[in-house]
Amino acid sequence: MSRLRDMLEGGEFVVTGEVAPPRGTDLAGMHAAVDLLAPHCHALNVTDNQGASLHLSSLAASKALLERGIEPIFQQTCRDRNRLALQSDLLAAWSLGLENLLVVTGDDPRAGDHPHAKGVFDLDSTQLASIARGMNEGHDMMDRDLKGGTGFYVGAAMFPEAEPWDVQLARIEQKIEAGVRFFQTQAIFDMDKLQRAVEAVRPLGAKVIAGVLVLKSPRVIDFVNSKLAGLMVPDAIADRIRRAHDPADAAIALAAEQVASIRDIADGVHVMPLGLDAAIGRILGGAG
Amino acid sequence: MIITKPRDWARIEENLTSIGARRVFLMGCGQCATVAHTGGEKELEETAARLEAGGYEVTGWTVGEVTCHLNGTKLESRKHQAEIDSADAVLVLACGAGVQTTADAIAKPVFPGLESLFLGTVIRNGIFEERCQTCGDCVLDKTAGICPVTTCPKGLLNGPCGGMWNGMCEVLTDRECTHVRIRHRLEEQGRTTRRTLAPKDFSTALKPGGVNIRESGGSR
Ligand code: SF4
Ligand code: SF4
Repeated sequence: MSRLRDMLEGGEFVVTGEVAPPRGTDLAGMHAAVDLLAPHCHALNVTDNQGASLHLSSLAASKALLERGIEPIFQQTCRDRNRLALQSDLLAAWSLGLENLLVVTGDDPRAGDHPHAKGVFDLDSTQLASIARGMNEGHDMMDRDLKGGTGFYVGAAMFPEAEPWDVQLARIEQKIEAGVRFFQTQAIFDMDKLQRAVEAVRPLGAKVIAGVLVLKSPRVIDFVNSKLAGLMVPDAIADRIRRAHDPADAAIALAAEQVASIRDIADGVHVMPLGLDAAIGRILGGAG
Repeated sequence: MIITKPRDWARIEENLTSIGARRVFLMGCGQCATVAHTGGEKELEETAARLEAGGYEVTGWTVGEVTCHLNGTKLESRKHQAEIDSADAVLVLACGAGVQTTADAIAKPVFPGLESLFLGTVIRNGIFEERCQTCGDCVLDKTAGICPVTTCPKGLLNGPCGGMWNGMCEVLTDRECTHVRIRHRLEEQGRTTRRTLAPKDFSTALKPGGVNIRESGGSR
């Protein structure tokens, strides 16, 4: 049973974290991160060739988490596979026991470590969500019955701070209509914008897990602003970290404040510690 | 129209050298390549001068009326039969379709003189943009006349993706996100912005395309 689903649908506040599979076959580093994060989180996202760069598959890494008794959120991007491969991986995921699914579009390949790759984008994330819902109902995207369907708890990404809001709102409604039950947001800096998103989503019956990014150094801020698509650190926040005597410490304090605010607004928090995994306890304010 | 650009000159010379060609006939095109300023009279004259400066002999040149038209190109070739007969090779300043009709019409080695880029919209004289990939399953009826297949770098039917920021595109950062434009234009026209487009039928875009309105009245 998906604990993520049970808690969210039962109105309990959830904490999720995130790990990246290795660029290779040695899972030790990932497990080390998992060991730090898992005691504080209800489920962990396992990214899919994140940043359009080569990693071990989310499918195998999610299964590895499951074997250690940790609940994964299996991420699938539309960038690297066509509709046959995506559906086949969804069937594989369910057969391996993966119950939480997060569908995302995927970064442009030119931003990654294989810039000459063809971006597939045979489907977009909304279409993939609706296919997953169809599989939950026992059929593939061609409406043909499956010998054994799936039962995914389907999530998608949400971008409360990426204006224009009317466009984002329409996207959110589309995704919910496609079968998305929970959203994980891009990192939140403006709590009013998170509030606005939650108010839009709640009446439609879906849940919002708000993202917190730990901006552990000025370098990370520069990276986010220049390299991460769809995200900008506001000046006031960037200045606070840049001016701090101990930027990592200031970043942890800031993240803890954000988590505290999010507890009052959203259905959960998704922590992206960017390497400061050991600080997760402090970030969550001792709770979680 | 088909947008072309001049082919790297070193590659053209390499092609001619590969068969030991010294005498060259030039074929241009009066349609797209003329509008794109790549295969009209002026460009043919310039190319002829460049070849001659390089020690080649240009036996003649012509700007075919519609070079991608097979019968028209056969006719045009016949008019220049003697010049073509005395050439070792034909260099075509037209799109790839024009190169192929010329290669079918003339029994001599035929080489491309241009690179074919895309089906383009003429924004202004000399400024071209790709807006249609001839996918065979047009969605412009639902997207306010803005093609997401072509103008969204990811080709997403439903968007924007997570990379959009302040209305601008993740990939082409100086351009507005296609999906923001679509939604805003739909809204301005009082049309629904909430419709989710179904996965695309890519079987209609299988290559090579072919249409025969004489027999079937439609494409295959
Ligand atoms: S949907 Fe297809 S046919 Fe229509 S404009 Fe776009 S590429 Fe061209
Ligand atoms: S920002 Fe908009 S146009 Fe650019 S890739 Fe994403 S969806 Fe496509």
